[in-house]
Amino acid sequence: MRWNELGKFLIIALAIIGGFCVYINPLANSIKQGLDLQGGSHVVLQAVETPEFKVDDDAVNRSVKIIERRINGLGLTEPVIQRQGKDRIIVELPGVKDPENAIAMLGRTALMQFKDDRGNVVLTGKDLKDARAQVGQGNAAVVGLEFNDEGAKKFAELTARNIGRTIAIELDGKVLTAPVVQEAITGGRAQISGQRSVEEAEQLAILLRSGSLPVKIEVLENRTVGPTLGQDSKEKSIKAFLIGIAAIYVFMLVFYRLSGIVADIALLLYVMLLLVVMRYLGATLTLPGIAGIILSIGMAVDANVLIFERFKEEVRKGKTLRSAMASGFSRAIITILDSNITTLMAAAILFYLGTGPIKGFAVTLALGTLLSMFTAVTVTKFLLQFLVFANFTKNPAWFGISAPDASAAKVEVEEKPKTERVVRKVDNHVKKVGPQAAPKTDSKEAKK
Amino acid sequence: MLDKFRFSIVKNYKIFFAISIIFLTIGFGSMIMRGFNLGIDFTGGSIMDLKFSKAVTITEVRDVLKTHDLGNSIIQLESKDTSATSAEGVLIRTGVIDDAKRREVMSDLTSKVGKFDIQRVENVGATIGGELIQQAVMAIVLSWFLMIAYITLRFEFRFAIAAIIALIIDVSVTLSYFSLLHIEMDSSFVAALLTVVGYSINGTIVVFDRIRENLKLRRRTETLTDMIDNSIWQTMTRSIYTVGTSLFAIISIYLWGGETIHNFSFAMLVGFSSGAYTSTFLAGPLWLFLRGKKAGE
Repeated sequence: MRWNELGKFLIIALAIIGGFCVYINPLANSIKQGLDLQGGSHVVLQAVETPEFKVDDDAVNRSVKIIERRINGLGLTEPVIQRQGKDRIIVELPGVKDPENAIAMLGRTALMQFKDDRGNVVLTGKDLKDARAQVGQGNAAVVGLEFNDEGAKKFAELTARNIGRTIAIELDGKVLTAPVVQEAITGGRAQISGQRSVEEAEQLAILLRSGSLPVKIEVLENRTVGPTLGQDSKEKSIKAFLIGIAAIYVFMLVFYRLSGIVADIALLLYVMLLLVVMRYLGATLTLPGIAGIILSIGMAVDANVLIFERFKEEVRKGKTLRSAMASGFSRAIITILDSNITTLMAAAILFYLGTGPIKGFAVTLALGTLLSMFTAVTVTKFLLQFLVFANFTKNPAWFGISAPDASAAKVEVEEKPKTERVVRKVDNHVKKVGPQAAPKTDSKEAKK
Repeated sequence: MLDKFRFSIVKNYKIFFAISIIFLTIGFGSMIMRGFNLGIDFTGGSIMDLKFSKAVTITEVRDVLKTHDLGNSIIQLESKDTSATSAEGVLIRTGVIDDAKRREVMSDLTSKVGKFDIQRVENVGATIGGELIQQAVMAIVLSWFLMIAYITLRFEFRFAIAAIIALIIDVSVTLSYFSLLHIEMDSSFVAALLTVVGYSINGTIVVFDRIRENLKLRRRTETLTDMIDNSIWQTMTRSIYTVGTSLFAIISIYLWGGETIHNFSFAMLVGFSSGAYTSTFLAGPLWLFLRGKKAGE
């Protein structure tokens, strides 16, 4: 028994297990959650060409800016406003309290017009400097308007010319209020009354402040998840995650014993690394994304299974644990690379063509595949090396390997002498130089 | 461990091919006769999943929908008791409607039926649905070409063709199940299908990797058929274990992951199972036949 090697194994293993227990929860919670988990609305808006308004690059860009201002008025954390392609705008409203109203607001043209009693447009929203919800006389909700210099001049003229007559304030052709002018107003301020609630006044104020859209905007797609369903999905997926992982862990322990423990520890590190990388890439965790993580754990195990099965085969051929492990790793790694690259290609296509939650799934799948190659190969290798070099046991049964059986002899005969020679060389090498030599022999075999 | 079960897979290829052909015939028949249950992601339309503060009946809801010419919408009560006539949870599915109109319907529901919390609202325009089908087909076909290119590069062209045939079967089997059982397909189905593509090829590559290796070590006395059989059986434990662990993962998502992700995990469940079958029983023999040999040679 070499305590030195065993000590290294225990320190690393305990560090990973301890780190997992302490950091997993805060880490998981620090990742941005998709709308399907936290609730919110995903809206795709489309700029529509009308006889009056042409859809061009400038108009869409201005619309994005205006919609951005409208959304900022809602006070959400981390909303997303993105232009997509020629004439589409994607809006994400996480945790929005009143999705119906918010979405209705996004697409409003919000063209405000002041008209005299003959229907002439005297002022528009462009003459505004600010609009705020206020409480007016008798506790009524009103929207207070403040004109810019030019607007104030026009408004003073309008009121001066129309004393005793009605002027109308319209929004998108609908009359908001039509007061009778009592006297000329020169201060550059006006009020729109007739709002049912402070919320409604606030919404109107946001629309007026943000300006009117230069094109007609329609809601092409709307996906809203309420906070209850989001929470429910989150809880359920965590449960599925725990059960799936537990089953995989038990499986590895039962079939691979010590190797299984090593693989399980590597898996813990894998889950942590995946979350860390997701966090620093600013990736979003979605419901399919969580499924992707669970799945990637199932697949991460595949790399270990490939390695351990090779390990077993080599031991059955009569090799020592040490050399069997070295060649097990170096042979399996080619297979692992080839098979994982195809999964990466599928993930890349998904990322390129998918949207929303599907993109989230593609990201976790791709990251998962890359990271699992690292942990399942490198981390498992080091840990297993420490265990094997610790001379803890020479009995292969500890690694889930039954004693060499009859069929093994047959396989060995089939083997060409050439490989036998290489293997022997590896053996000597290991004995002479010790643990550090193992990676070197690896690369040699891999090249072959 | 598995040696006592060992039999020649290549020599018994007829059985395995027959199983696939029978299944695919039924599947394609169903796809032609019954078609698919395409969700609103593909067809356009809207889903409103609402939780009322008091129990409501279907008639109350339908009456409101009728006033908006949406009387033929599908209305389902969400209740554990299937014979219940009223429930708080209501799921409404309509055809393609304008989002502004949908909002009017919802505000009418509030004023005429009662207050509710939104669980989920989805409204997809018809154009988006068409685009999704296009993208899905493009994604799957693109993935096939990429895989052919990659396998040709790393192995050889015949391996690539055998692997792609196995892959096409997996995709078809998954589609068959969804058609036969009339399970709704949504945009996540495409993701599931592509994952199946990535995973199934994975298993095939592990088998081919062994064949490639054994091909170099092969002695003249060993027939190709025996060599393929050896390769498949050498990787059998791995195949079984990996299928086992991946299925653990998928089944736990399927059983406990919640309704939202049910069909997504089901697609993977079917696709992965089929992937395991085709990689183990079909890919090897296919490669042999592509080399112009018969079983036994």
